[in-house]
Amino acid sequence: MSSSNSQGPMTLFDASARAMSAQLVRMNAAASNLANAGTVASSAQGAYRALRPVFATVLDKTTGIASVKVQGVYQSGASPVQLHDPDNPLADANGDVWSSGVDENAEMIEMTEASRQYQNVVEALQTAKQLTLDTMRMKTS
Amino acid sequence: MGDSLFGIHGMALELRAQRLGVLTSNIANAATPGYKARDIDFSGALKAMTQGASVTQAIGSATQYRVPVMPALDGNTVEMSTEQTAFAENAIGYEATLNMLQDRVNTVNRALKGE
Repeated sequence: MSSSNSQGPMTLFDASARAMSAQLVRMNAAASNLANAGTVASSAQGAYRALRPVFATVLDKTTGIASVKVQGVYQSGASPVQLHDPDNPLADANGDVWSSGVDENAEMIEMTEASRQYQNVVEALQTAKQLTLDTMRMKTS
Repeated sequence: MGDSLFGIHGMALELRAQRLGVLTSNIANAATPGYKARDIDFSGALKAMTQGASVTQAIGSATQYRVPVMPALDGNTVEMSTEQTAFAENAIGYEATLNMLQDRVNTVNRALKGE
């Protein structure tokens, strides 16, 4: 996301940090979608639509390490569901409300996948850290 | 001097470190649409280096795109099982090479001290 570590060649640690923050954006988007599942609005335009971040590769040509960034957060194309609910205070002249176009199952899968991939990056980072420490200390066997 | 002291292990460690970066890149890009997973053919790169190629040359010629078992719909070819296995294998290889280097250093130390 941020380009705070833009000086110097990209290290494994930079790459992992970027990947973790990208996965975090993905988890936040899924959480927002889940939080807004079932909310209603008085028009189709006003209804909540699911947010979906799209990732892009950041290649550091000097080291060949490819990290990831959030290219953008886009609104899902899933259209809101029209419901007839005349008692709802938000209902329009026809007594209709629009429920947010959020697929809760898809959001749960998105959340699980993002957290698993986050864990994978953390594990890779831990291994890389351990190997770097071993190399620095040239551990005595 | 450096080459004769550490032999093949110096080159191997360098290649293992580079491969660690490539495999971490694959794991980091598990959710990037269109990302093509890469890997370094370790033995091929090491062979090139023993024949006098530089690290950059050896890696350049031995880096290949991964052939996916089941490509994803979004064009991403990262398969976690493959990547994690390769990552573990490479990490152990790195550690083994590091031990070899350490042994070499210990041997030279012992010879210098005349113990």
